[in-house]
Amino acid sequence: MSDTVLRINNLQTQFQTRAGVLKAVDGVSFEVGRGRILGLVGESGSGKSVTGYSILGLIEPPGKIAGGEVLLNGKDITRLKGDAMRQVRGAQIAMVFQDPMMTLNPVLKIGTQMIAAVRAHARVSRKAARAKARDALAKVGIPSPDERLEAYPHQLSGGMRQRVAIAIALLHSPAVIIADEPTTALDVSIQGQILAEVRRLADETGTAFVWVTHDLAVVSSLADDICVMYAGRVVESGPADAVIASPRHPYTAGLLASVPAEHEPGTKLPQVPGSTPSLANLPQGCAFAPRCAKAGPACTTTPPVQHFEDGRTALCHYPIEPISCQPLSLTSTTYRSAS
Amino acid sequence: MIGFLIQRVLQALMVVIAMSIIVFLGVYAIGNPIDVMIDPASDQALREALIQRYGFDRPLFEQYFIFMNNMLHGDLGESFIYRLPVLNLILSRLPATLELALTAMLIATCLGIPLGLWAGYKPDSLSAKAIMGFSVLGFSVPSFWVGLLLIMVFAVELGWFPSGGRGPTTDVLGMNLSITSLEGWSHILLPALNLALFKLGLLIRLTRAGTVEVMSSDYVRFARAQGLSESKVVGLHVLKNISIPIVTVFGLELGSTLAFAVVTETVFNWPGMGKLIIDSITVLDRPVMVAYLILVVFLFVMINLVVDLIYGQLDPRIRVKAAS
Repeated sequence: MSDTVLRINNLQTQFQTRAGVLKAVDGVSFEVGRGRILGLVGESGSGKSVTGYSILGLIEPPGKIAGGEVLLNGKDITRLKGDAMRQVRGAQIAMVFQDPMMTLNPVLKIGTQMIAAVRAHARVSRKAARAKARDALAKVGIPSPDERLEAYPHQLSGGMRQRVAIAIALLHSPAVIIADEPTTALDVSIQGQILAEVRRLADETGTAFVWVTHDLAVVSSLADDICVMYAGRVVESGPADAVIASPRHPYTAGLLASVPAEHEPGTKLPQVPGSTPSLANLPQGCAFAPRCAKAGPACTTTPPVQHFEDGRTALCHYPIEPISCQPLSLTSTTYRSAS
Repeated sequence: MIGFLIQRVLQALMVVIAMSIIVFLGVYAIGNPIDVMIDPASDQALREALIQRYGFDRPLFEQYFIFMNNMLHGDLGESFIYRLPVLNLILSRLPATLELALTAMLIATCLGIPLGLWAGYKPDSLSAKAIMGFSVLGFSVPSFWVGLLLIMVFAVELGWFPSGGRGPTTDVLGMNLSITSLEGWSHILLPALNLALFKLGLLIRLTRAGTVEVMSSDYVRFARAQGLSESKVVGLHVLKNISIPIVTVFGLELGSTLAFAVVTETVFNWPGMGKLIIDSITVLDRPVMVAYLILVVFLFVMINLVVDLIYGQLDPRIRVKAAS
């Protein structure tokens, strides 16, 4: 892709603990193009949120980025320090968090918080900052934005607050927005509205999104590309349609099988057996092998990255053979642009 | 808002009435003040005359109602010792205590909040640990001992400050204040420092605890993700969120400093209300004790009322609850 805005190369994020070094992110690589949405999928503890925080340089001690690159428009930002990194945050890469109830300061007006965010990167008067904030609120579909600026967060609904958070992320027209499960805490109907809004914004503004989530249904309807993470590694990646239609890694296949939407009612819902391994105590070789039905003798050694058609990859010794059938859909809605 | 205010004022009134009964009963239980007031050698006729004059022969509830009735007319009685109206006596001592307490609170706040913020912002740094160690000393070392130490070092050995007393005062709006002159400041600095030490320790710990909590919150993380500078994160997001417990403790401490600066006032020979009440207790000057305690209750109630009103300003969510 020539218009790649964000490329992650072999990112390593580690936490020093008494139990040893925990590799929360262990050699993750992916890239996002302008106006594209990448779904970063995984269970709790798979390292998907830590990847998001690493990109923004928001990892707090005892965690640190131990290696790899985060290339923003070709420039490595992991080496930026202090104020130089602060100028990237919010201006070129923004972030939206999971819980809209917690991400806005409860004792400050929406306007106060937005004006501070504007003036963090632009030397403008309060009046100009306010106008910019109002426009951003209007852009994410918030009715009567002038009144909202005077409101406190508790006076808004959860969906409204998440829209405000997205508006704050959009203030400086960043190249990339990292969204850490932003619709998990919302009603399904509100979630749908937000997803449609995000898709529209990505298409209109050209902002790329990294959409961190555990919800495959969301990803299947929203994302252009998918990265599936397990125990700090990307186990499968590729175009969203292709991965969902025909997963090549057994873990992805297990996740897809356990989505209720595509399941025959009245029969038992299949699950991925076992639970996510502790990062302090990862099995040798493939971390998924103990839970994998297809595991074989080779799985005690680190699996190779297998490359398939359409730029798809899987981190597996025994990838699943591609199936040729109608692409299945997890939800009836899609927010993806027809491209 | 007005409903809230009326409700709080009524509550305050109930507290004052309840306290007046408790105080009156408690002081009554101490015994007959006549025995202390007059020469033991005086004859029975004089004794009877005095008892009648002060109304000690009447039943307790009657004495209480006479007292309350007088109080409502602004008359809190006359001191047995000074032969002066109690109210004037206390009010003449109030400015000294007021300026001492306010100076102490000012020192504690201006030092305590920045130090606490720093200790909470960099909790693992050496300086933060030093600050926390100091704060433990601040409220565990007895205040009279620190007072004596301050006098010994700064007044006796170094001779920088006077060892006690109030120095010259000037009349400002009918109050005698010593903070208007440089010499007055040299008198007030040591006792104020002594009085501030405990509050300083308390404010540092309170501010630190709040800061540590807020720094790990999602909205601070979100603010950082927006690229806000660290000074803005602390100044805008942290400070306002930690202010509620600080204002609470500030109010309580201001009240207790005004009422019970006794130890410091005694050590530094500061002619404030604390010294007046101690002197009154030793000579069983009943009207002064009763009036003083009721004044203290009134002060506390008023300060808490103001604190409640400030809450609403600091946290919009409290405003909503109060209105509904």
